[in-house]
Amino acid sequence: MPTQELSYRDALRMALVEEIDRDQNVFVMGEDIGRYQGTFRVTEGLFQKYNVEQNDWRIIDTPIVEPGFTGIAIGAAMTGLRPVVEMMTMSFSILALDQIINHAAKIHYMTGGQSTVPMVIRGPGGAAKQLSAQHSHSLEGWYAHCPGLKVVAPATPQDAYSMFKQAVRDDNPVIFTENPGLYTIKGEVTTGPDVLQPFGKAQVLREGKDLSLVAYSRMVHVCLEVADRLAEEGISAEVVDVRSLLPLDTETIYQSVRKTNRAIVVYEDWKSGGFGAEIASRISEDCFDDLDAPVGRVGGLNVPMPYSRVLELECIPNADDVMAAVRKLG
Amino acid sequence: MQEVRGSSPLSSTTLFSIFFADACLRVAVLILNLSLGPHACKLAPPMETSQRDEQFYRSMVRMRAVETELLALSSAGQLRGSLHLAQGQEALPAGAGAALRKDDYVTATYRGHGYVLAKGGPLLPIIAEILGKAAGLGGGKGGKMHLFDLEYGILGTNGIVGAAVGTAAGAAWAAQLQKTDRVALTVCGDGALNQGHVSECMNMAVLYQLPLIILCENNLYSEMTPLSRSHGDVNLAGRAAGFGLNTAQIDGNDPEAVYQVMSEAVNRARTGGGPTFIEAATYRTIGHYQADSGIGYRTAEEVEAWRAKSPLDHWAAKLGKRAPAIAAEEQAAVRAVFEEAWALPGPDPLAAGTQVFA
Ligand SMILES: Cc1ncc(C[n+]2csc(CCOP(=O)(O)OP(=O)(O)O)c2C)c(N)n1
Ligand SMILES: [Mg+2]
Repeated sequence: MPTQELSYRDALRMALVEEIDRDQNVFVMGEDIGRYQGTFRVTEGLFQKYNVEQNDWRIIDTPIVEPGFTGIAIGAAMTGLRPVVEMMTMSFSILALDQIINHAAKIHYMTGGQSTVPMVIRGPGGAAKQLSAQHSHSLEGWYAHCPGLKVVAPATPQDAYSMFKQAVRDDNPVIFTENPGLYTIKGEVTTGPDVLQPFGKAQVLREGKDLSLVAYSRMVHVCLEVADRLAEEGISAEVVDVRSLLPLDTETIYQSVRKTNRAIVVYEDWKSGGFGAEIASRISEDCFDDLDAPVGRVGGLNVPMPYSRVLELECIPNADDVMAAVRKLG
Repeated sequence: MQEVRGSSPLSSTTLFSIFFADACLRVAVLILNLSLGPHACKLAPPMETSQRDEQFYRSMVRMRAVETELLALSSAGQLRGSLHLAQGQEALPAGAGAALRKDDYVTATYRGHGYVLAKGGPLLPIIAEILGKAAGLGGGKGGKMHLFDLEYGILGTNGIVGAAVGTAAGAAWAAQLQKTDRVALTVCGDGALNQGHVSECMNMAVLYQLPLIILCENNLYSEMTPLSRSHGDVNLAGRAAGFGLNTAQIDGNDPEAVYQVMSEAVNRARTGGGPTFIEAATYRTIGHYQADSGIGYRTAEEVEAWRAKSPLDHWAAKLGKRAPAIAAEEQAAVRAVFEEAWALPGPDPLAAGTQVFA
């Protein structure tokens, strides 16, 4: 199968284009995604390619109405289409929470399985640089709290590609969150019509025997950096990329913990009540006898994201914070 | 078994008397407001036209000078995060600010720093906040899109499109219940008008006859999308009229026109005449934010045509010989504040964890 080096952003776009080409029912909607080609450029070139050159109006610019277009996408999904909804930033999906949680997440269940809502809600989630309190949310933990949604947070260009294709083909509403710090990272990507990454499968990105660092999205890269630093000290850290929060592959996480007997969960979201707390609690519950130390947690400071760079840096977990947590494990 | 369905705890006569009492109350409030008349409340002191001309020019020049400094910092990579400038739209804050009292309330958008300046508060804490300094209005926690100055009634510029309308309506509600004659101004964009929240608030503003003014800066685009591609019907004032608001459509590049219509709306709001929606035609002659060149989705001719309508240039021409000295004075003052603000210390990193709760 062909392999090429792609940025996370280009991998996403390639997957999107392939899915649009594969299935006539796939369409894309969002604010300034068409003619302007998206604030984060994920939909670059798509308006020209489909709407202009093929007169195939599948790239839809919407007004600034997150609840409205999310509602429309739900209705369209129930009646045969496969909408891909871009939130300009995931923070704005807060406006559409009622549609997402009260409707998209529950319709299959409430209809006794009659109806499905095959849609993807994607966009940048997490802090960029100094976008301050209202634009920096990590909401994946909120969404992963809701039965009926699938929630994924890929960390690599390969997963951006293969998990996105999976998301479009999934018959459930999928929250697909992309940390803005990831768009420019590059990696080898295997492509192809059926290169899909099924959800609910974590991956070990680096093997180790002394402790497990468990993370998703951008924090995976922070953990890889920590693993490098620890290696210099002769400590061998294993890095587990959770990548799918709901469904969650606890087995891969547990296997790692059973081997290393120590675990630290790292996540950018507010530490208190964030999804890392769920992972840590599952490990404690199910691997108690394998643990040589309490499960460590590194998460974002429990405050609205401040604007000033010095304050912002205090709030986002970094390699030093993870190193400190490693030291605490003893 | 109790019959639940169909039985209302309120009989129709009770309901009628509630409506009747409510209606009486409304009429009473109205009569009270009318009988108090304009004399009972402190209206903005009338200004001579010539005085106003200078005030508007100063206000606009100051705003442009602030934006010029910010743009330079942003282009040099010394100011990060989204920077939404309002070049070409300066007449709106200049005119609106002059029609308000210090104790009136204001909420605005991420592009709303001009209103914060025009409300009259000192410049240093505003600039310090934008630069993320400890001495800023919010201690560096709010930032460019979140300027709050409670002493001057600034209840926030806002990063969420449309969201500031509710806050202003709430302040108007409080002013009404507290029987003060304060009014609340909220500034929103043309794009914001599509948000459900804005419609919800327009309805309630009419329902409760709130002393609220919605100033809609119709700059023809929401980000890079033109009005015609985001609004089924581009008559924004018509939309507001549908909810029952008083409405006006004005040239938003004329500070005098803005001042006049704002003064009318403010006086109406102070005297119990209810909410007003003002649709002001204007244009930002610069990009939506620092990462947008401002062209591509707009023709060079369109931008040029609006540049020719720059309120700043028009008012400079109007003031004639006096203009350069005023401009130089304002620019020097702004420069000095930037220098002072730039040298200020940043926040203590530990401050990140404080003030989450009152
Ligand atoms: C709820 C929400 N959705 C999207 C955005 C991103 N955004 C910021 S400004 C803007 C355009 C708003 O246009 P308009 O209301 O016309 O105001 P203007 O910027 O033209 O002054 C958008 C879409 C946001 N800040 N909030
Ligand atoms: Mg606009």
